[in-house]
Amino acid sequence: MDFDVVIIGAGPGGYVAAIRASQLGLKTAIVERENLGGICLNWGCIPTKALLKSGEVYEQLGHLGDYGLSAGERAYDFAKVIDRSRKVAKQLNSGVAFLMKKHKIEVIMGAARLEKGSPAPKVVVGERTVTAKHVILATGARARTIPAIGLEPDGERVWTYREALTPKSAPRSLIVIGSGAIGIEFASFYRALGADVTVIEAMDRVLPVEDEEVSKAAQKAFEKRGLKFRLSAKVQKLTRSKTGVTIELEGERLEAEVAIVAVGITGNVEDLGLEALGVKVDRGHVVTDAHGKTNVGGLYAIGDVAGPPWLAHKASHEGVHCVEAIAGFRTPNVRAPIPGCTYSDPQIASVGLTEAAAMEAGHEVKVGRFPFAVNGKAIASGETTGFVKTVFDGKTGALLGAHMIGAEVTEMIQGFALAITLEATEEDLMATVFPHPTMSEAMHEASLDAYRRVLHA
Amino acid sequence: MTDILMPALSPTMEEGTLAKWHVKEGDEVKAGDVIAEIETDKATMEVEAVDEGVVEAILVAEGSEGVKVNAPIARLKGEDGGTPAPEPAPKADAAPEPRKEEPKPAPPSQVGGETGATTAAPAQKADGERVMASPLARRLAQAAGLDLKAVKGTGPHGRVVKADVEAALGKAPAAAPEAAAAAPRQAQSLEQMGIAPGSYDLVPLDGMRKTVARRMTDSFRDVPHFPLNIDLEIDTLLAARTRINALLEGDGVKVSVNDLVIKAAAMALKRVPEANATYTPEGIAMHHHADVAMAVAVPGGLITPIIRAAETKGLAQIAGEAKDLATRARDKKLKPEEFQGGTFTVSNLGMFGIKSFASIINEPQGAIMSVGAGEQRPVVKNGELTVATVMSITLTCDHRVVDGATGAKFLSAFKAMIEDPATMLD
Repeated sequence: MDFDVVIIGAGPGGYVAAIRASQLGLKTAIVERENLGGICLNWGCIPTKALLKSGEVYEQLGHLGDYGLSAGERAYDFAKVIDRSRKVAKQLNSGVAFLMKKHKIEVIMGAARLEKGSPAPKVVVGERTVTAKHVILATGARARTIPAIGLEPDGERVWTYREALTPKSAPRSLIVIGSGAIGIEFASFYRALGADVTVIEAMDRVLPVEDEEVSKAAQKAFEKRGLKFRLSAKVQKLTRSKTGVTIELEGERLEAEVAIVAVGITGNVEDLGLEALGVKVDRGHVVTDAHGKTNVGGLYAIGDVAGPPWLAHKASHEGVHCVEAIAGFRTPNVRAPIPGCTYSDPQIASVGLTEAAAMEAGHEVKVGRFPFAVNGKAIASGETTGFVKTVFDGKTGALLGAHMIGAEVTEMIQGFALAITLEATEEDLMATVFPHPTMSEAMHEASLDAYRRVLHA
Repeated sequence: MTDILMPALSPTMEEGTLAKWHVKEGDEVKAGDVIAEIETDKATMEVEAVDEGVVEAILVAEGSEGVKVNAPIARLKGEDGGTPAPEPAPKADAAPEPRKEEPKPAPPSQVGGETGATTAAPAQKADGERVMASPLARRLAQAAGLDLKAVKGTGPHGRVVKADVEAALGKAPAAAPEAAAAAPRQAQSLEQMGIAPGSYDLVPLDGMRKTVARRMTDSFRDVPHFPLNIDLEIDTLLAARTRINALLEGDGVKVSVNDLVIKAAAMALKRVPEANATYTPEGIAMHHHADVAMAVAVPGGLITPIIRAAETKGLAQIAGEAKDLATRARDKKLKPEEFQGGTFTVSNLGMFGIKSFASIINEPQGAIMSVGAGEQRPVVKNGELTVATVMSITLTCDHRVVDGATGAKFLSAFKAMIEDPATMLD
């Protein structure tokens, strides 16, 4: 047996699982076919945040007058904006390499294939075959494409998130298909640089997984920034020419220089030998139990390849949990809710149940809201867009969910995540002291408001 | 100042009940003084003071269940210097109370009815007894009138969380999968099954009852078991026993039929080692010795103390050990290693006139022998009806390790020795 654990895929699920395995004294190897850090570090979370920051600063330069400031003509150098984003990714990529070395985790570069074995499948990478007691699939996911109607990237006119990160120039007009977090972030960034952006969404609201009130407020805020939306709209066909794309909707035709396809994610389950092993796969994702176990002995799956939500922190959490279960830990019986964040302008963050989902689950709900428009820090910062919404169980006082839209709300949502994980009730949130003046006071007020005890509204 | 910690009575013990305090706050103790009694599933052990000093504080009240190993249970003041004003002794210490009257939390599944009275915190509740629970768990428990002390926490550091309270209340088990699998199935309440509240008295489950219930349920459900029956003529055995006892008279030892059965079973296990085995997913564990457990009825349940390597021991030794183990079992004075880890069990209900019965496998053992009463029965020998003393034996086998033929081979070796006792002396 070469290793205790071999992990396939070095994204935020795989490499974090590897570190945890090493901490627990397991002899660990990680197989990566492309970049340490996976999509997250190289082509996802991190480089997009770098782009969005450039966009945000650039957009703020247009509002200097609001703060009593002025400067020369604002301008951007697109190549440098992209270059900064790549440098950030590079820095973190080598950070992962350092972490692997520090934890004595063997990194095997190459594409892995599984073969029948006991107690776990054998892992074949090129010429080399490694054996382990446990094999964890952390191969991630990629953008879903629909070639039949032209929704597949060509690198020129039609992009996925991948091409959208490194174009040679910023498009003057752009159509984003899909208004999930990925679509909205690119729409927000390119709009900040001045592109004419239209977002097409099949559902009747933007960011359809968010609370309905947040979707409505987000659409309003985006439209104020000049974004255009086509809701309940289905793409019939996308055709591309040398100069741009044409998208046919029912009864409408849209044209732009570039289209970004952001219509979902599908797990990387191909070319791994899963079929021959009889691994259960359902709609592009490996089927697992609560601890990541698949139906094949010694084989586990975590993160994107094991299903939604497709979020880096979910992958890391599952990776740690899976490795601890392998090492024989009895994990505490608390199901931590997974927060979701969209880093557009304004930002959107949420955790737990939406109001509608809570009602559907049979809760008698108590809802609180507090707008940033009357929050001192928000007014002083000139960032009064948005609000905080809380959803409590009316019977038990349990915080079921929280939803926020506004500046830097992605940095605040962990407060509510912590409250839900610790099983806080409204009393605990009310009794917590929030510092003044901060945007986070709106979290306190929204909790008070659910019980009609709001102080500043 | 020294903390006295909850001791582990066995390597696997995680928690226990602080059954009784022998000291009160302000008492002086010397090393070796018995200061408390700790009760686990099956045994009660005395805790002795290691250092001398004055008991400054009792941190865990008498009768507290689920006290974690290594949790501080009392604090000892080392030097004789500043004597703290001795606090008035808690009432509970004034007179030794019968164990049954100790305050016990209501059983978790029993909601409504009389729970209001039992949830009131006992007067002698000490500081150290704080229950770690999430705010939501506290509120849910309070709303349902459930005593959190009766709930086993499965959150971080054993914190009681929402899922634990829901599980205790018998709602949809939100517990983690493995926890759910381990938990006994939630039966309907007596009321749902037509037995009116107030028409019965509810005797709280003690550690032994819970252990018996859990182990027998697990075994009967999970072990594929089957019985084998055989009749043995024991006239020769009884005559041999009379002679042996006459020989041993001076030593004050008396060999019982059960001792002979234990010896014969051990020798038969030695001859048929396949029957002295345990099934594990990794393989069959072939035990080196016949560690024969004997079922002893004790007040409130039963326990199975073990005669180790019984195949190597003489009858007088087996008789002596069996007597000592049975006496100490009834007094709850057995050490864990004396009743944990046997390879075979003998259960005898002959003294109650039971003709034959089939026991439930005592996991992880491969088989268990049930011994019925020896009685005169008509038997046919060489075509003629005659009378013999006959004893019926049932061997319940774990089919994963002891197949029918293996069990039969064992029983036939056993029968040969019982019917011709000289052969069991090897």
